Amino acid sequence: MFRYYLRLGALSIRANPALSALMVAAIAIGIGAFMSMFTIRYIMSGNPIADKSDQLYYVRVDNWDPSEPYDEPNEPPEQLTYLDATALYQAGKASRQVVSFMSMRVIEPQGEEAKPSQIETRATTADFFAMFDVPFAYGSGWDKKSDDTEEFVAVLGQAMNEQLFGGEDSVGEMITMNGESYRVVGVLDYWSPVPLFYDLNNNPYNEPGKVFLPFSVAVAGEHGSAGNTSCWKPVGDGGTAAFLASECIWMQMWVELHSQSERQEYLQFLDAYVEQQKLVGRFPRELNNRLDNVEEWMEYNEVVDEDVGVLLGLAILFLVVCLLNTIGLILAKVLRRAKDTSLRRALGANKSAMFSQYFVEASMIGAAGGLLGIVMTWLGLRGIENLFSEYEFVGKLVQMDWVMMLAAVALAIVSALAAALYPTWRACNVTPATQLRIQ
Amino acid sequence: MLQMKNVSKIYRTDTVETHALREFSLIVDEGEFVSVTGPSGSGKTTFLNIAGLLEELSGGVYELDGRDISSLSDKERSKVRNEKIGFIFQSFNLIPELNIFDNVDVPLRYRGFTAAERKKRIVDSLEMVGLASRLQHMPAQLSGGQQQRVAIARALAGEPRFLLADEPTGNLDSNMAESVLDLLSEINESGTTIIMVTHELALADRAKRNIFVRDGSVSDGPPDLHLAKAAGE
Repeated sequence: MFRYYLRLGALSIRANPALSALMVAAIAIGIGAFMSMFTIRYIMSGNPIADKSDQLYYVRVDNWDPSEPYDEPNEPPEQLTYLDATALYQAGKASRQVVSFMSMRVIEPQGEEAKPSQIETRATTADFFAMFDVPFAYGSGWDKKSDDTEEFVAVLGQAMNEQLFGGEDSVGEMITMNGESYRVVGVLDYWSPVPLFYDLNNNPYNEPGKVFLPFSVAVAGEHGSAGNTSCWKPVGDGGTAAFLASECIWMQMWVELHSQSERQEYLQFLDAYVEQQKLVGRFPRELNNRLDNVEEWMEYNEVVDEDVGVLLGLAILFLVVCLLNTIGLILAKVLRRAKDTSLRRALGANKSAMFSQYFVEASMIGAAGGLLGIVMTWLGLRGIENLFSEYEFVGKLVQMDWVMMLAAVALAIVSALAAALYPTWRACNVTPATQLRIQ
Repeated sequence: MLQMKNVSKIYRTDTVETHALREFSLIVDEGEFVSVTGPSGSGKTTFLNIAGLLEELSGGVYELDGRDISSLSDKERSKVRNEKIGFIFQSFNLIPELNIFDNVDVPLRYRGFTAAERKKRIVDSLEMVGLASRLQHMPAQLSGGQQQRVAIARALAGEPRFLLADEPTGNLDSNMAESVLDLLSEINESGTTIIMVTHELALADRAKRNIFVRDGSVSDGPPDLHLAKAAGE
């Protein structure tokens, strides 16, 4: 019977083209508005490393001002000092550990006509690539020995390799940044986690660094941080050495732990470390160390802007208004066909058969509305992108994937079915004789 | 057999209560051709709608083939309508978007027949009414008489035991009306029970038995078409 209902649906749509088009448009506009906002929220709140997110923990220890917490009610700082980052890293208590910070370098392309440009780099340790499942197109990351020996090696992001070497395998090639030569050991495949979970202290929708280089090289070379840096007491004189020895926070640290017991053991280790530091006059506050997994860390950082939630709420209301309009249109259409319904009932169709017939037709309208809704969503997202074109990261939030497209069609069909429920119920409950009597 | 005993039908609005049928009792045996006449508003069509399970009765007992209809669910009533009853309406009630083949197909779809079985029944029934060559025609391409023949074919395709006709010739000229009545007589001869509501006494005369309805009840005494004619006037 399904094919029969499909045919009846097509005939009905063809018989009432204007009314059908209005219904499709109402659903499509509602879906377009809703899906535009939902897509942005979906991408913002997506888990960029779902397979491992409960094994990766962001490390925080509370070295902050004794007179006031870093953040209310009693949150420890969101980054680590150089002293703590390197001490915890060198202790090596987790199966993998990574320290990193964002920096800026001037890259000098080969070729006389190419101009130098300032790029974002990430200074990190060898485990970064394995820990965060970073895909490689060519070569691999550096090893721990390179960290220890401050070797001038680099991993290029896909875009950087495209820019410098036309996308070819550049492993073994040399690049120059701020007058220093680095040997390329690896080139990333496309990799653009959204949000950029490993560094939420800066814009969570930034692109990953264009070049990755050893933490030890960056520190020794005094690359300096290009990210957020906060201090609760003066650094004092002494240049870089004083800054590295200060209570300023500017580094991120992640550890990989495979079970709750490992997490518990690592927290105990952090507590022991802080107690030890208290003995030398640091960490004036009470023990307040944290290990947050990826989802907890994103939630804490509120990577989903509150305004997006408000806009999503408005979009839902708009969708509801569109559906109410659709209910009215379906009601008008169904009531116009009350005689047809009564005739079919007289000829043997029971109520569930009539429901099925109208629901299949509503699904067809919904599917058409969903497809048009995808176009509307695409237009909506392009509009948002143009409106905020000065922000590079917005481009990453306005991408529709297959999941979103299928969701748009599914939502449109469900919406159309919901809208058809009341009109169909009314039509099926009309006494057949009432309509057939009308001559 | 169709049997109604003290059947009543009351239409209610907020302020008005209308008794369309009162103490309506009737037995129609297998194979009968019964005409139902009576003045306008006497309850003829209401009786036919209740007989065809298109309306629920307010009181009394209605049994079809010995089964009490009032206790049936919507699904069961639909099944009875589909399998046992065929309808012929004054205004034909064909679906304008469907061609003749598909119009006759409608009740068969709800019966669950295979495609081959449906096709055979459609062709056979359209052959019976002389329209087998018009399978692909749309209703609007046919004359009124032809449309009513299609409606008869639709009613017959499921081989119902009862054929309920409400003013089947009301929208036809006398020649077409005559040919439709000939067809109904032929169908009755083959064993189908026919109950036909009409206000045209000459047509009612073609039935084997006539009943006269007045004020929602079967009138006392033997039906007299000439008296009925006078009452109708």
